[in-house]
Amino acid sequence: MTRAGLHALLSHWWRNPMQLFTLVVGLSLATALWSGVQAVNAEARASYDAAAATLGEGQFAQMTSDAGMIQQADYIKLRRAGWLVSPVVEGRLDGVRLIGLDPLTAPNGLGPVDLSDGELTVDVLTGGVFFATQDTLDRLSDYNVTLVPSPDVAPGVILTDVGTAQRLLDMDGFLSRLIVASAQPVNQAPLADVAPDLTVRTPQNGTDVARLTDSFHLNLTAFGLLSFAVGIFIVHGAIGLAFEQRRPVIRTLRALGFPLRRLVALIAVELLALSLIAGAIGVGLGYLIAAALLPDVAATISGLYGASVSGTLQLRPEWWLSGLLIAVGGTGMAAATSLFQLARMPLLASARPRAWAMQAGRGRLYQAALAVGLLILAALLGAFGSGLIAGFGMLAALLIGAALALPVVLDRVLAFGSSRAKSVIAEWFWADTRQQLPGLSLALMALLLAMAANVGVSTMVSSFRLTFTGFLDQRLASEFYVYADDADQAAALQTFLTSRVDKVLPIQSADQDIRGLASEIYGPTAHATYRENWLFLQSAPDAWPRIEAGEGAAINEQLARRGDIAIGDTITIAGQPFVVLGIYGDYGNTIGQVIVTETLFNTLFPDIRALRFGLRMDPADVPALSAELRDSFGLAESNMINQAGIKAFSLDVFERTFTVTGALNVLTLAVAGFAILMSLLTLATMRLPQLAPVWAQGLTRARLGRIEIIRAVLLALLTAALALPLGLALAWTLLAVVNVEAFGWRLPMYLFPLAYLRLAVFAVIAAVLAALWPARKLARTRPADLLKVFSNER
Amino acid sequence: MLLRVTDLIKSYPGPDGAVAILNGISMAMDRGETLALTGESGSGKSTLLHLVGGLDQPDSGHVAIDGVDIGALDDASRAAVRRDKVGVIFQQFNLIPSLTVASNIAFQARLAGVEDADWTRDLTTRMGLADHMAKYPEQLSGGQQQRVAIARTLAARPALVLADEPTGNLDETTADTVLDLMLTLVAETNAALLMVTHSERLAARMGRRLHLRAGRVA
Repeated sequence: MTRAGLHALLSHWWRNPMQLFTLVVGLSLATALWSGVQAVNAEARASYDAAAATLGEGQFAQMTSDAGMIQQADYIKLRRAGWLVSPVVEGRLDGVRLIGLDPLTAPNGLGPVDLSDGELTVDVLTGGVFFATQDTLDRLSDYNVTLVPSPDVAPGVILTDVGTAQRLLDMDGFLSRLIVASAQPVNQAPLADVAPDLTVRTPQNGTDVARLTDSFHLNLTAFGLLSFAVGIFIVHGAIGLAFEQRRPVIRTLRALGFPLRRLVALIAVELLALSLIAGAIGVGLGYLIAAALLPDVAATISGLYGASVSGTLQLRPEWWLSGLLIAVGGTGMAAATSLFQLARMPLLASARPRAWAMQAGRGRLYQAALAVGLLILAALLGAFGSGLIAGFGMLAALLIGAALALPVVLDRVLAFGSSRAKSVIAEWFWADTRQQLPGLSLALMALLLAMAANVGVSTMVSSFRLTFTGFLDQRLASEFYVYADDADQAAALQTFLTSRVDKVLPIQSADQDIRGLASEIYGPTAHATYRENWLFLQSAPDAWPRIEAGEGAAINEQLARRGDIAIGDTITIAGQPFVVLGIYGDYGNTIGQVIVTETLFNTLFPDIRALRFGLRMDPADVPALSAELRDSFGLAESNMINQAGIKAFSLDVFERTFTVTGALNVLTLAVAGFAILMSLLTLATMRLPQLAPVWAQGLTRARLGRIEIIRAVLLALLTAALALPLGLALAWTLLAVVNVEAFGWRLPMYLFPLAYLRLAVFAVIAAVLAALWPARKLARTRPADLLKVFSNER
Repeated sequence: MLLRVTDLIKSYPGPDGAVAILNGISMAMDRGETLALTGESGSGKSTLLHLVGGLDQPDSGHVAIDGVDIGALDDASRAAVRRDKVGVIFQQFNLIPSLTVASNIAFQARLAGVEDADWTRDLTTRMGLADHMAKYPEQLSGGQQQRVAIARTLAARPALVLADEPTGNLDETTADTVLDLMLTLVAETNAALLMVTHSERLAARMGRRLHLRAGRVA
């Protein structure tokens, strides 16, 4: 019995392959977009974790020597004195960074490398093993060591044991630095007694790469979710229609004695199988999307935040599994109503595919009320909500509310058009378009969400770019930056540089709590560099001259938001009150920051000496000066930063960011276009009874086809007009609510009218392309098929 | 007794409250009997047929098939009665559009697990459907589709055949041919046939007639 029932159910798909195609492709595309974005995210996150675990920077205090290298004997003395330190030897080999660690004493072992294999551990300790990504290993010469490809090691880094690193870097008896474990014995001998030449550098604050990149990931995830929502609209439409078209079969099956429960179970299993197939296809497509996008994303993230992303994709179980789960979950969500209705459907209920398509019309009032309620909720959450959940709640209420409002608004617009129609054809066109609206609602909602996502994400990314380039100008205003290792070297450097550049700008800072929040106090030299480049988000009149005159301070946005500090408020630095005269954007920083003039800073913190210098000079002279500093002071490359190079690279990275979002935009629009195509094709078969009388009364089939295209363009344009404010609201929510709640800073929002116009053109093109096939089909409908409508009616 | 209907009452909700469709119908049928159910539109003929077939539930009263009160059964058991004992022929044919004629005809017999290839072949030949077995319902005329629906019902050899105006969509000549076939085959399988019809001419060819008026036996 089950077999016969299943055969009858499945036969629907054989006879309606286009519907099956819609369902599978809709779900596949939705899954592909979701899992593609997730794959990129997972890959990038894994790379940060690898970087963090490999380098251990920022997590632990480091012990360094003023002399540059540490004697191995000092390390042994420290261990004997009870210090929990671990040796690190670091250098470059074939242009690749070689890090030697001691797996037995390092707090993280050998970073992300799994040493649970006993033989491997013995090899590591005795024979020398290189752990690195395959790409990195391919770049190495033969060093007579065992090469172990390890995808979790940061790209461009080789991990090995200390002994091997010393041998290969000619550093026998010497170490680069020592990692100091967080927990130390209470009764250890003072460092000054054991190794007086060594100093402890505290863990770095505010350099946690993952926190900075979270902003990028959050936005990508939001985009992936929106794309998935677009896909789910398609799936919901396809499943609902499939149920309704199969209702006669379901009724017949039940009338012939097929039990209802088994029928529901069979359909649920059928949908599960379809969702798994579509999910698998989607995950495969997602992999291709991610593989295509990853090189650009890797460059984007590494350029923006300095985090290294490998640029090659691993097939990680967590994302393909999540892709499959979301495909199954999405189908379940889309099918829940239909399955519920089926389980409660009276046996004698008639099949009404067209009535199903028109169903939205009947519940319009209810839908409008729900839409208004959700939009009000979004506004209330925006105005009074706090926290990340409120931000996302606002986003969801806004999008769902707008999607539900779309058919209602379009209906009103079409009713208005209808009331203004002069000719009989125009009158029919408006009325007929209005009648088609419920059937096209889901596809148009998908288009609305796709376009809104495009407007929102493009606005966000473009605003991000403008803000960040401005920020780079502000923060890297000097052409060249130099970092000294200690105060003596700093003094020597300052003397050396003063005669060689236009201006030396010392950068000095002190850590201090402001209103209970960890903050850094900066004391820059009064100079045009700051006045011209540090732009305030809010400021008092003549803020810079007054700050330079010592009348007040400027603070970063994070401190202003978290400490609830406004312009004119007073903060206390080192016991002295300062009026806040300016608030500046400080993107990427996790803690508070205050700027006072150099003179005041030296009074407040007389013991602090600047170790960093910004140099104003001709950019063309930077390479020569860099070489001179390397030769005269032994400065490492990491102690010198060429601003022009960084800025050029950053701009290049932003272009790549655009490539990524552009590709995602095109894909989402394609999915929405596909939804329209499928809806039009489905409606086309149901529309013959409406079109046949118009044809019989003298409108040619070709003209009917053209009217179909005009209808699609009109609906796409109306949807685009509504998508624009929605997209801008979406961007605003991401930039001003979600970002602030998640990271503490707000990105300014810029508008890009030309980009929106281009998007509207794309939407119309997508609608025309989607309408072409059904219109052509209609124009070529055989008169005999149109006549059938009348014979059936008889 | 194959079918016994006792004091059947059924009403449907209307804009001004419940509308009574059946007001205490009682009747009985045995194997081999043919009964025409006639009456004006809205007199309750189709409703009675649906209740007898277990497609709907009465407000009160009983329908017993082979002594089993189907009103007392759960949905799955009622489905089993429909599958094993009853065959319904609808006015709108209700064929499964995605299955071929051959699959449609064999369908109910397969559901009931009583598929008999020889009997099915014989049926289709006598119904004049042998040349159409690979076609889909939409490729057949109305008369041919109704013959497929009848063949589907009879292929499972049900004890009780319920037909709701099975020739209502057919012209007179085709209707006569279809009815001839149906009566012959019902007689051969010793089934009982309860047929709803508006046609006095067709009703006259049945063994008995039950005329309904305003939900009662007239």
